[in-house]
Amino acid sequence: MKPFRILSKNIKDAFKSIFRNFSLSFASIICTTITLLMVAIAIIVSINVNDFTKEIENNLSIIVFLDRSATIDDATNIQKKMKEDKRIDSIIFESKEDVKKEMQKESEVFNSIMSEWTEDTNPLQHEFSIKVKQAEDLKAVSESIKKMNHIDSVKYGEGIVDKLVSTFNIVEKATIVVVIALILVTAFLISNTIKITIYSRKNEIDIMRLVGTSNIVIKLPFLFEGFILGIIGAIVPIVVTIYGYMLAYDKLDGHLFSNIIRLENPTNIVFKVSLVLVVIGAVVGMISSYRSARKYLKI
Amino acid sequence: MELIEVKNCYKVYKNGVTALADINVSIKKGDFVFVIGSTASGKSSLIKLLYREEKPTKGSVFVGGINVAKLRNRKVYKLRRKIGIVFQDFKLLPKLTVYENVAFPLESMGVKKREIKPRVLKALERVGLKEKIHSFPNQLSGGECQRVCIARAIINNPKVLICDEPTGNLDPKTSKEIMKLIDYINKEMHTTIIMATHDKDIVNRMKKRVLLIDHGILKGDFAKGSYKENEAI
Repeated sequence: MKPFRILSKNIKDAFKSIFRNFSLSFASIICTTITLLMVAIAIIVSINVNDFTKEIENNLSIIVFLDRSATIDDATNIQKKMKEDKRIDSIIFESKEDVKKEMQKESEVFNSIMSEWTEDTNPLQHEFSIKVKQAEDLKAVSESIKKMNHIDSVKYGEGIVDKLVSTFNIVEKATIVVVIALILVTAFLISNTIKITIYSRKNEIDIMRLVGTSNIVIKLPFLFEGFILGIIGAIVPIVVTIYGYMLAYDKLDGHLFSNIIRLENPTNIVFKVSLVLVVIGAVVGMISSYRSARKYLKI
Repeated sequence: MELIEVKNCYKVYKNGVTALADINVSIKKGDFVFVIGSTASGKSSLIKLLYREEKPTKGSVFVGGINVAKLRNRKVYKLRRKIGIVFQDFKLLPKLTVYENVAFPLESMGVKKREIKPRVLKALERVGLKEKIHSFPNQLSGGECQRVCIARAIINNPKVLICDEPTGNLDPKTSKEIMKLIDYINKEMHTTIIMATHDKDIVNRMKKRVLLIDHGILKGDFAKGSYKENEAI
């Protein structure tokens, strides 16, 4: 019961002092809120970006067109060669006859024109569709395929994919830098708030020391104050994360820009993200108030 | 070992001032000791060593078996719970009532509320302030504030009561009453009293052991001393 009594007294004291220095506490809370909002956005974006990249990795294929002189035998040789490349996941071959049949199925117009083509007059090309294991290898694999005989052209989502992936990377790195800077500012503001509290209670602390109060009991209210500031600062970001993301998901119908970029289902992540926000708020608050207590309470 | 033992104690402040030099004192349980000396003689430094407000530069200080000189900062509270301290400026918390001020040490130690109440009332009864428990310090006279301070100091039944010029801010009549109270605590509760003062009348009247400190040196230790005979020093 004794620790419990001391605990409840400390929490009361912490709240009291938050209201006593309201303007400064408010500044710390706002700063925590902004920081955690950034953190929330960063986490959600990076979760989704990871998803996009996976999606892209799974769906991107290289299309290889063989030149018109290539025979089925040539194609088999090329396929054999390609199979040796370990970066390649799967290879699907479509002869020009297959392509023709497929196109004929698609429309009546094609059908009537193409039905007159024989195997020798068919102007279409044999093609391979190749899947690689990792999106980064797309370029290298296509380059190596280009060097083989009987290759007319190799196509993959060249520029777009590269740009998309590198843009995501830059955005991710920039967000991390901004978030770290904001966390430092928040820690500084919270520790400053605690410093003011300590100074405003210096007299009381001195008397506590003189009448035999243990250091931990003197320090605890300040730790609680930082802790509470961090938790209060996390409330708005959590609400925004939960409702904002759900709303955005509904409005966008689960997609961004096009069907390729699918957003993560809100129920899977919002609560995890909220938990992360609370933990960051509480930990930053406690660490910065602990630093202040150590620095300014020379006891 | 005696209750309080000061051995070969030196105190040199950071600015180079030597406040105490080679002090050797031992005080038995139940003693009543005055520490006298002019301003800046080092008597305050000696008192501060006893409750570990200052650390000795050299030598050892034992209070109730605790080596005060080697006590770590975070363990100081263990010493402070064994001793009571009375200050010249009372050091009461202005926003707390008399009752709350006296209960303050117990509350911060996490003692149960229903245990606190009888102890606080008893301490206030001893100092004769039972009817003013709901007053705030600024509603009290200097003498009454000092009584609250004494009540707070004895709430833990300390072995030692350290008084740093307790009558320094009080008029002679009130000083007399406070001294009566301190004497009563010494006799009734068998609390060892160590009191720094420069009030000649009090020292002469009480006829107690006197430690005379001058320029940081212990100039005299008289069993039943008085101020007059040492005034020349």
